[in-house]
Amino acid sequence: MRVTQALEGNLPGAAVGGKLDRGELTIDIDPARIVEVCRALKADGYLRLAAVTCVDQYPMEPRFEVIYHLHSISRNERLRLKCRVSGTQPEIDSVIGVWRGADWFEREVFDLFGVHFRNHGNMTRILMPEDWEGHPLRKDFPVHGYKYSYPQE
Amino acid sequence: MAAGTLEHTPTAAAEPSRRRTMTLNMGPQHPSTHGVLRVVLDLDGEVILKAVADIGFLHTGIEKQCETKTWQQVVPLTDRVDYLSNLANNLAYCLAVERLLQLEIPPRAQYLRVMLTELSRIASHLVWLGTHALDIGAMSMFMYCFREREDILKILEMFSGQRMMTSYLRIGGVALDAPRGWEKVVGKFLSEFPSRIDMYENLLTGNPIWTIRTKGVGYMSLEDLLDWGVTGPMIRAAGLKWDIRKDEPYSGYDKFDFEVPTRTESDVFARYQVRIEELRQSHKIAKQALDGMPPGPFQADAPKILLPEREKMKTEMEALICHFKIVTEGFSVPAGEAYACVEAPRGELGYYVVSDGTTKPYRVHMRTPSFANLQILAPMLENTLIADSIAALGSMDFVLGDTDR
Repeated sequence: MRVTQALEGNLPGAAVGGKLDRGELTIDIDPARIVEVCRALKADGYLRLAAVTCVDQYPMEPRFEVIYHLHSISRNERLRLKCRVSGTQPEIDSVIGVWRGADWFEREVFDLFGVHFRNHGNMTRILMPEDWEGHPLRKDFPVHGYKYSYPQE
Repeated sequence: MAAGTLEHTPTAAAEPSRRRTMTLNMGPQHPSTHGVLRVVLDLDGEVILKAVADIGFLHTGIEKQCETKTWQQVVPLTDRVDYLSNLANNLAYCLAVERLLQLEIPPRAQYLRVMLTELSRIASHLVWLGTHALDIGAMSMFMYCFREREDILKILEMFSGQRMMTSYLRIGGVALDAPRGWEKVVGKFLSEFPSRIDMYENLLTGNPIWTIRTKGVGYMSLEDLLDWGVTGPMIRAAGLKWDIRKDEPYSGYDKFDFEVPTRTESDVFARYQVRIEELRQSHKIAKQALDGMPPGPFQADAPKILLPEREKMKTEMEALICHFKIVTEGFSVPAGEAYACVEAPRGELGYYVVSDGTTKPYRVHMRTPSFANLQILAPMLENTLIADSIAALGSMDFVLGDTDR
């Protein structure tokens, strides 16, 4: 694929794996280099960041897969970047400097998965109440039982 | 008192110590926020200095619920995401799962999907047009738009038995074949609708109050819109000719003839014009689907995924076994991941589905257009008048169920 060759030529070692499955290209990226990879891909024509999301592979380690869906309108191509982040201290650099639209998507991942995005500037909960405990989309978040979300009078 | 003393003296206004800002809390229960959106506005007189959107009041954890349902049981949940264009949500989810299953969808099912999705796009745009005009003060538009929307809801009820939460799509096709007499009902609506669009335009497009309230309001440059991840009519009103139905055709959209309307002004009026033109184009697509509806099966030939016919289930043993397996445990989907996106009325609606090979989704992420579009609320409202914020908010056409999921 053209984009994988370009990536390997410009930033050797940043891509650690990948697959072409059912017509969709996924590239595994070293999480430490996600910002420079995104910047290079944006310069390469991937002007749009469609979404940032996360998959919890509990109890596997590294536990979290942070997923970036990129889209190039001019070439009509879509690309998925995948970064595997450890479960003990889930952290990754924010791509808000590349696309401002990453703002709410990264806050959502933080809110629901507890993955912290460095240099985001406003890493606060977005969907859940501010005093909520835990991150509900984690696979080990309890789905049964009682919990008072508001303090008792 | 002399008349002159009432005038603002420039020296007093220029003094920084006298400059006071006010924080205004708009919502979550406010008619012009179209749902439960809260916006905190810092005001200097009538001018908005800073706007902060607070979302999440309608968060119901649909993505988490998806992980506890079987693949087919997720479809009714997707209805509740964007409740004004539920068929687009059904479609995006079904396309993603069908890509994982590598299912072939028969042409009749594709045409039924396209026709009803376009009708629900018309209904969704009518809700936007009615409420947007109501916000700005054109009261009667609301009633006209809801009159036509009612016709579409009746058509949806005729096909699926439900007005809004239709859950009409199935993984591998649609739930039921078109009901008896549907051509007449859909044909009657489609023959009347173009004159109704003309009537809306007569009421609004040349209306001086409407143009003053909308032209030049809520401007955002195309670069900013791309940077913020905005999609749909908003980005087409800024001049980008990009429509997923055209550029990445799904469900047989490449067989339909339609235009992608664009404007370049990128203000509230341009967005209004784009959506009005989209009403006409959706009408065109629905008309083509009605005229060219192919005969044949409405579900894919996949006995382990789709329920068998009632008659077969009672007479054939294989059909009974398949029925039992599907009802009790569902069907398993090969492990993998897929991202399918459709052009929903509000923009790119994408479903990212991960399967671990079992009968339940491992993860479903909804890339909803309202969530991404609503991010530009802050930059769009800053340094504008508070009265214009109502027009600008309305032109974004967000649904809070779509935003919060």
